[in-house]
Amino acid sequence: MKDPVDVLIIGAGASGAAIAWSLAETKMHILCLEQGGWMNPAEYPSTGRDWEAKFYGEWSSSPNVRGRPEDYPINDDNSPIKVVNYNAVGGSTVMYTAHWPRLHPSDFKVKTLDGVADDWPIDYDALTPFFEENDRIMGTSGLSGDPLSPLTHPPMPQQPMGLSGAIIGKAMNKLGWHWWPSDTTVATTDYEGRARCINLGHCTPACAQGAKSSTDITYWPQAIRAGVELRTYCRVREITTDENGMASGVVYYDKDGVEQFQPAHVVIIACNGVGTPRLLLNSASNRFPHGLANSSGLVGKNLMFHPYAQIYGYVKEPTDSNRAPPTCLWSKEWYDTDLSRGFVRGYGVQFVRGAGPVFEAVVSEQKGILPWGADHHRVFRKLNGHRLGFSAICEDLPEEHNRVTLDPVMKDSHGIPAPRIDYTISENSRKMMEHALARGREVLELAGATDICVNSPIPWGGWHLLGTARMGTEPERSVVNEWGRTHDVKNLFIVDGSIFVTSGGVNPTSTIQALALYIADQMKQRLANLFD
Amino acid sequence: MSADNQLTRVQCNDLRTIAAMIVPASDEYKVPGADDPAIQTDVLTTLGRDTKLVAAALDHLARLARQPLAELDAARRDAVAQEFRSSGGAAAATLVRVVLQCYYRDDRVLRSLGLELRAPFPKGYVLPDGDWSLLDPVKARAGTLRRAP
Repeated sequence: MKDPVDVLIIGAGASGAAIAWSLAETKMHILCLEQGGWMNPAEYPSTGRDWEAKFYGEWSSSPNVRGRPEDYPINDDNSPIKVVNYNAVGGSTVMYTAHWPRLHPSDFKVKTLDGVADDWPIDYDALTPFFEENDRIMGTSGLSGDPLSPLTHPPMPQQPMGLSGAIIGKAMNKLGWHWWPSDTTVATTDYEGRARCINLGHCTPACAQGAKSSTDITYWPQAIRAGVELRTYCRVREITTDENGMASGVVYYDKDGVEQFQPAHVVIIACNGVGTPRLLLNSASNRFPHGLANSSGLVGKNLMFHPYAQIYGYVKEPTDSNRAPPTCLWSKEWYDTDLSRGFVRGYGVQFVRGAGPVFEAVVSEQKGILPWGADHHRVFRKLNGHRLGFSAICEDLPEEHNRVTLDPVMKDSHGIPAPRIDYTISENSRKMMEHALARGREVLELAGATDICVNSPIPWGGWHLLGTARMGTEPERSVVNEWGRTHDVKNLFIVDGSIFVTSGGVNPTSTIQALALYIADQMKQRLANLFD
Repeated sequence: MSADNQLTRVQCNDLRTIAAMIVPASDEYKVPGADDPAIQTDVLTTLGRDTKLVAAALDHLARLARQPLAELDAARRDAVAQEFRSSGGAAAATLVRVVLQCYYRDDRVLRSLGLELRAPFPKGYVLPDGDWSLLDPVKARAGTLRRAP
């Protein structure tokens, strides 16, 4: 039998890396088990001439399409939004757009402000120092001083405006609407061993330059130097408990597929809003028949995705196409509640610079704007390199019927039951999406765009996996307390997006990592009585 | 399909014919069609995980055409192609995608589009920094962040 570790972290992605790094200073024996392996940037798509084609196969954002052994399948047939993720050291920070807004202070008090959902048990101010620390380690670029966003201090200047940004900025100014250069985790200068961005463009499926921050090149090297042990290709099947109802360790399959038991004094789950409820539900036992830490019945419920309402068109001037990071500007014009719009809460906007030639051809053919036959070439030249996009990230409110359960049939490569998603877009979200599409159309038409197309929702847009093990002070209405410890198991913590109470209208990774650092800090302050 | 999970000769012929219908050669733009031998070789050698769906698409096409596509007269061929695209679902979409993803990485095609014949890495691209005075009106309006209680 293996010796017990002090802290066992499951998952080496955004939040697992952050909490491992933070706890390392305690000098405890910390072990992280990750179902994927280390990435090799020399194999990233942008290093080859087939860089766009790979996105449709081995580098798809969908685990169901990729189908690597380290991916687990997800039954999302009953959802208009499909789950996307990445399983490796770095997790989904390997495959994300690096857009880096924070939740707003008002996002933590939606019940008080707008009478919907629930307030968080913590506020923005509690996270402020951890946002700052995280921005420094992940390495952010941006322009401080956005009047409609929380104040940030990016250590690097904002990305270039480029051709697309200028067109968007002019149109937004004519309409009198807010826009601002996005905070991103794309290095615009050499930074802490990372080379500056050289505009490979194909940022989302991993950055060969290393300019895009992912935790395999930021937190993990530091955490490992500080003594954290990271075991790759180790997939956890279940968390075990002892006669006192405390977590005693995990059962996992090692890189050779051999079942192992790893005892631990503290277990931390960092598996995202789908992987975490899957693991808790797979950890059901006689003592916890409905899944571990599930006395509230809320494990897996309240899944929030952020439905994306995307609209794009084609202008006469050249745009940045694939020759720049895909996102460069955001807008918070419609972020806060204005009931005259017909819905509560709001959405953030990220503007999209363009697309590469293969993507342009494939998508435009599917949309019916790129014909077959003799006219194909003329139309393609009108479209390619002229695209501009407007994507609204709509706040998804928590609803218990949107949920993650265990699929009765589907299993992963180790025979572990796979997650099943049941999700519908609410009427409030639909109104929000319609509003966003109308605003996007105004911007695009003012910029001179034609051939306007809509993706609403973006079908493969389930990047943000939130709410399925929510935080709260009442054990009947939440899964973890205000510092990430499960109400039911006093040495079991959750630090990923599943603990979000509400989703806000922005990309969540910055807030997920700030929360992980905050929980680590809370644990460090309580080491003497952590289980009280 | 043959036993080694490759397309049959008949399927390859239909693939070449439908590819030329999707993207025909153009003297005006000095580009080959998607039926060009080099592009077809690229399609066939990189089918990989798409083989099954592409084969299914070609089976569907064969059912619609009832004979080799190239042997149909032009009007009938166009009608079959339209029906194929509208009724072929994910399989037809996959076939079209693999044709386009090989076509739009061909050197002659990229040259015609004015694009460089290389992977993005390691050279990358240069992006104009832009005129950030465009932000002045936004700064002047200076809205306020909604405060939490």
